[in-house]
Amino acid sequence: MADTTPTDEKFRGKVWRFDDDISTDVLSPGAFALDPVEVRMLHVLESVNPAFAAEVESGDVVVAGRNFGCGSSRETAPENLKALGVACVVAESFARIFMRNAVAVGLPVVVCSGVHGVFDDGDTAEVDLASGLVHNPGTGTQLRGDPLPEEMREILHAGGILALLRNSPPGPD
Amino acid sequence: MGMSMAERILARAANEERVEAGQFVVADIDLALLHDIFAAGVFDTLNDVGIEGVFDPDKAVVVIDHFVPAPSAEAAAVHERIRAHVARLGITSFYDAGDGICHQLLPERGHIRPGTLVVGTDSHTTTYGALGAGGAGIGTSDMVYALATGKLWFRVPETMRFELTGELMDQVSWKDVILHLAGRLGADAAQYMAMEFGGPGAARADMSSRLTVSNMAVEMGAKFGLFAADEVTDKYLRDQGGEGCDPFGPEIDANYAAVHDVQLSDLSPQVALPHEIDNVSPVEEVAGLKVNQCFLGSCTNGRIEDLHAAAEVLDGRKIAPGIRFLVSPASRRVLQEATRSGVLTSLIEAGATILAPGCGPCFGGHGGLLGPGERCIGTHNRNFIGRMGSSQAEIYLASPATVAASALTGHIADPREVRPDHG
Ligand code: SF4
Repeated sequence: MADTTPTDEKFRGKVWRFDDDISTDVLSPGAFALDPVEVRMLHVLESVNPAFAAEVESGDVVVAGRNFGCGSSRETAPENLKALGVACVVAESFARIFMRNAVAVGLPVVVCSGVHGVFDDGDTAEVDLASGLVHNPGTGTQLRGDPLPEEMREILHAGGILALLRNSPPGPD
Repeated sequence: MGMSMAERILARAANEERVEAGQFVVADIDLALLHDIFAAGVFDTLNDVGIEGVFDPDKAVVVIDHFVPAPSAEAAAVHERIRAHVARLGITSFYDAGDGICHQLLPERGHIRPGTLVVGTDSHTTTYGALGAGGAGIGTSDMVYALATGKLWFRVPETMRFELTGELMDQVSWKDVILHLAGRLGADAAQYMAMEFGGPGAARADMSSRLTVSNMAVEMGAKFGLFAADEVTDKYLRDQGGEGCDPFGPEIDANYAAVHDVQLSDLSPQVALPHEIDNVSPVEEVAGLKVNQCFLGSCTNGRIEDLHAAAEVLDGRKIAPGIRFLVSPASRRVLQEATRSGVLTSLIEAGATILAPGCGPCFGGHGGLLGPGERCIGTHNRNFIGRMGSSQAEIYLASPATVAASALTGHIADPREVRPDHG
């Protein structure tokens, strides 16, 4: 399985673009909910883009519209994307629990208004988590998303909140 | 600019003077709730990560409520694992099968204090906003981290304010208010925001009604669903045998992303139609649809006030033949009160089947599921396809009065139309 733990905070990858309201049912179909991640990841987004799970490559970037990850609180949704090697998701907005869970499992996410309109499938995207800058080198368009705060970047650096806990267990304070 | 309730809650928890919507903070957790669907897994993971204890065994509450009484050997085994973990970790607040639903027990047993920050591995953790507490649902990895460290990151949410004025008409309840709002604004209207309910109408709402509204705030995407703590809150806390509270609300001139006015006297009984919470119609537009099952219960509407509202509509009459009328008191205390007041007897005499205090059929686990083609009207909070058994069944959501009127007639009915003639 691809390791997508960011070694730095900048990503450059091929874009897969999706529209509004991509739900956790699409990201982690209920029929495979109890299967191991190796099985689950093969069905990610298949109902909206059947080629995605088969063709996505490690380091690719998902660009989406509003309310990405809406629906249930299942953590398998961001887990599946991470397992496929997706480097980060840049969306106009995220559903609350999805965004929490994405950070918790170590999948970088950036909220960036207007992003859906400036990328096409197959474009290259450059994303900088610390500054929130999102760049399309093909067209020269640059957008400023919301930079991820340090606390969240620290969790992502560690590879997720459980990894963070393993690396630095709570001491007496 | 003053702080909204959500900002005040997170500022306090993050040990900051002020915080603003949009800011990220690391906050101290005042209380963490786990129930039987996720507790065993969370505790196992905690173990795997090498953490031997929780940050404060007095600040975790564990409730066995979803699968009670255990409907399978597997569920019983999970419950056993939870009991063993609870004992090992020295968690003092543990409610076992039959005590009631988590979101009823925590307010009822004095765990919720105004202004505090509460997280739970359950989306309806928003319920605690009824007492002015910031209650938010989280995932299981976040819960492991919260239990280990007592801390968690939060984005301070924008606030959508509701100014409620006027009084509800006869047989219209606060369930109808929140269904109306979901229908009017949509199921993601408050995504990533806090909802704050204020104005003279909100001040008049009793605690039971506030719990119903805050419970369903999450159905509009909200992180918190908040009412100011006031005399109603103070009295409720004392009535439950705990300490009273000081008032707690938004600061003057708080910053709101949106403000919506609601005139309560304009509202009528509402029904959410399959399969979306924001597919809402006034009851008269769906009246007459035949139902197979009527469900009165859940953390939304399983309180003593809800049982009384239903009994009042039934008024000594029998439910329609062929109807299954399931009543699940939200806690043992509610069941005891219902026994004492006689309302339980009157519901049973009307034809109700009484279920154990717990989640019952609300989430489709067991105890009153629907077959293909069946139709249920219930007082709970979600009508997603397949939530109560068959994906070919239909779930309608309404107030206790509307559900009782429907049980009485055998079809979806307007509680204002079935009043007994006492003339
Ligand atoms: S009663 Fe229903 S909504 Fe409430 S906690 Fe139980 S399953 Fe969830």
